[in-house]
Amino acid sequence: MEHRGSSEEPGSDNAPQDPGRNVGRRRFLGYLVAAPTLAVAAQLGESATTPRAANAVIPSPPEQQEIYDLNDLLTLAAKPTSNLIAVVINSDGTASFDMPRAESGQGITTMAAMLIAEELDLPLDKINVTLADARPELLFNQFTGASNTTIAMYEPIRTAAAIARERLLGAAAVRFGVTVDRLTVRAGVVYAPDGRATGYGELAVRAASQRTREVDVTLKDASEFSVIGTPRNRIDALDAVTGRKTFAMDRAVPDALPTMICRPPTIKGTPRAVANADDVRQMPGVTHVVQIATGIAVRAKTFGQCIDAVNALDVTWNPGTVDTESDDTVLAKLREAETDFSPLHTGEVVEGDFVFHFRNNAALEPNTAVADVRPDRAEIWAPLQAPILCKEQVAEQLGLPLDAVTVHVEQAGGAFGRRMFNDVVLEATEASRKMGRPVKLMWHRTDECRQGRTHPMCTSRIRASFSGNNVLTFEQLHTSVATDYTQGFGEIISAKVGTVPSMGMANEEGYAKPVFNATVNVPYHFGNVSHSLDEIYTYDTFPTGSVRNLVNPDVRTAQELIVDRLAARMGKDPYEFRREFIDDDRLRAVLDTVAKEGDWGREMAPKTAQAITVHKEYKGATACLVEIDCRDETVNREIRGAVTGPRVTRVVMAVDAGLAINPRGLEAQMQGGIMDGIAQALTSSLHLRDGVLLEGSWDDYFYTRHWNAPFETRVIVMPPTTGEPGGAGELGVPSAMAAVACAYARATGTVPTTFPINHDTLSFTPKPTVPPLPPSPTNGLQFAY
Amino acid sequence: MRTHTFIVNGERVHVKIESDVRLLWVLRDVLGINGPKYGCGINVCKACTSHINGKAFNPCSVRVGDIKGGDEITTIEGLPDTVGADLHPMQEAWLARDVAQCGYCQPGQIMAAVAKVRQAREEGHEISDADIDEIRNICRCGTYARIREAIKEGAKKM
Repeated sequence: MEHRGSSEEPGSDNAPQDPGRNVGRRRFLGYLVAAPTLAVAAQLGESATTPRAANAVIPSPPEQQEIYDLNDLLTLAAKPTSNLIAVVINSDGTASFDMPRAESGQGITTMAAMLIAEELDLPLDKINVTLADARPELLFNQFTGASNTTIAMYEPIRTAAAIARERLLGAAAVRFGVTVDRLTVRAGVVYAPDGRATGYGELAVRAASQRTREVDVTLKDASEFSVIGTPRNRIDALDAVTGRKTFAMDRAVPDALPTMICRPPTIKGTPRAVANADDVRQMPGVTHVVQIATGIAVRAKTFGQCIDAVNALDVTWNPGTVDTESDDTVLAKLREAETDFSPLHTGEVVEGDFVFHFRNNAALEPNTAVADVRPDRAEIWAPLQAPILCKEQVAEQLGLPLDAVTVHVEQAGGAFGRRMFNDVVLEATEASRKMGRPVKLMWHRTDECRQGRTHPMCTSRIRASFSGNNVLTFEQLHTSVATDYTQGFGEIISAKVGTVPSMGMANEEGYAKPVFNATVNVPYHFGNVSHSLDEIYTYDTFPTGSVRNLVNPDVRTAQELIVDRLAARMGKDPYEFRREFIDDDRLRAVLDTVAKEGDWGREMAPKTAQAITVHKEYKGATACLVEIDCRDETVNREIRGAVTGPRVTRVVMAVDAGLAINPRGLEAQMQGGIMDGIAQALTSSLHLRDGVLLEGSWDDYFYTRHWNAPFETRVIVMPPTTGEPGGAGELGVPSAMAAVACAYARATGTVPTTFPINHDTLSFTPKPTVPPLPPSPTNGLQFAY
Repeated sequence: MRTHTFIVNGERVHVKIESDVRLLWVLRDVLGINGPKYGCGINVCKACTSHINGKAFNPCSVRVGDIKGGDEITTIEGLPDTVGADLHPMQEAWLARDVAQCGYCQPGQIMAAVAKVRQAREEGHEISDADIDEIRNICRCGTYARIREAIKEGAKKM
């Protein structure tokens, strides 16, 4: 059995180093933590990778994104705080890890368990990963976003687990009276040469440290991996399929009764007065009715009774922030803010002008928070991507010291950027304080659609020029409704780039533009490449945020449509053209893979087509081949109460994440990205009319459904390339959305300019805004099957 | 307010509540049965899909007063007992294909899948892509591809 450079007692003082294994191997620092059982900690934060070299065709100078991307900022932001995550060995032989991140379906708890299993030689089912309460001392290190978790956690978790393993072996060596190098470990049991055996559980107390001190360790070499890189099922899969997985709304906090809010008819309106609060308090099940900042909160025995009470309230409202705005007025303001292309474009010119409409995060689990506010303390349970900020905001709202507020992070039923914003928690806190009772506050689906966060409406214009076989210029001007970065990215970015505008001030210059430049790239050698962002409104005019990626689904869709136009004008095949101009070997490899595995160029029926695209971000690379069916019989197929339209029939995606820790989890993330790409290209958007988002539920916000999903979805996970894991959560969306758009253009012969393509047709009757919630039907049994 | 009685997951329950409260809230807020999830409250997202007398339905859109004394409600928690095993074959298929991501919609997806397979068989055929296209349950994580595979696998063992 291999043994990795051990540090010190017990038992390891006389343990020989294995010189062959450790020569040239990086050593990682961790901490033995003084605790009654073995606890090992490591610092969050890791080194940035080196920039890639450019090659071939007319080289484009490296863009900012290629040198220093958002993940570098996030991981470097972690450096100065140097705070710790810990792996604990329990007396039952299990290991525990309290993860300072939000699990919302992206699979990071499974990823963490795999890293621990790898370095600790412990079976996956003996590792318990929980979500840590808000830990303010972690500063930037408890923010879940930008697909950064795996990148940031890869080395620290392994370091802690590897040190723990060494300590356990050292304790076993003392117990057996042999040197460490004569021990073997299998599945959490340590064996002496004579066959004596002892489990980690029996060693845990013995291996505990009396004092906290720094130790170092080497990690397994990739060639030794038996867990990392192998497909594993989610550690919570059994709970999910049996209904046992617990979300915030399932949390049984004593007396935390269902609570909902009567909300204003327009975006960000505020309550002025309630005419009939006393009457509503007499309704069945209702216990409390109180006015809070954002509306009228109602607490009742059941959520159903909350819905009835909310709809019975007679409220007068103050106007919102955008009562006179509609899609067309916002678009007009975007057009006014658009800047001119540079005069650099010579030769033959290709241009495009694309509009991307508002869309919703639309996590299936609506915003939910349980709050128990007492005079001297408060306790919160909610799915949160930025729990430290949440804790600070709750303490500030209640006038309590930070340590009087406990914030528990719950598993999220999807996040997609929505859980960066703590609005539901602040509402629950205010309601609980004013009612003097614990509350379980849930947003109605209609609240989510109409008062939730949106991906900002934007335009993206591109002008490119070519001469002969060279693309000379490629300029992209992106103009967008302001994105609110203040809830997470803002503080991180500003702390790193040295400009420190206060929260919300200078959102555009301080946050939005740095994020844009840190995430956008044109992955082709197109000569003089440039891109820029301009925003309208202030950060909080519209409630905005990211929706499973920031700008790249839109930015890259615009780009790839123009790439196809360039290829056509230059008389080249879309795949061969991309292959020729691509600026990254990893991108070329995934492109070649989907072309081959997806049978690029096969004969397609009229009004059906293939398209092929690429994307690089989060230290990874994807390529996506899509086949779409735009034949009349498909587009016009009828499904009750549904939008059908063009159907993506087949998708082949290849992904190079550098190192896929869990290829099965990565496959799942890419599949999800594909479904998002289909929705964003074809069907899902919000329509703004006079300060109201017309969509009110899943029957009019058209996220991909079974009847829109491809018959065949294949994801190819590339073998490790860089050896370092990249991000996955948002990686799949841009190339998928772009490929669907390009396939639609090729199948119909018309390049779409508005996204989603069905936005200009309002295919539903908007639900009323007063009363605010659609009543629950009573005819459910008629649809039983 | 009257006392309503019916059978949930094999056990008779008695619930004293107004008759117009939808069954979903009786299950979740009164009985503490949390497998059926809320996602819309208007019978469109299908996250609360459960079975009534073996057929898929959505308790968010049924008044508790419309449930009869002999009606048998099955939620995801009671699905394994319908086959006398620790897990229903459809749940096994879900595990084999590692379908779930956030997991929020999956109890409803599984309950819908089981009913859809039965419905297809009553109509004299095995479950097909066209049948799966009729399932209205939303998965916002986008697990549709794996659901499609798992339903076909699970059906083979049903």
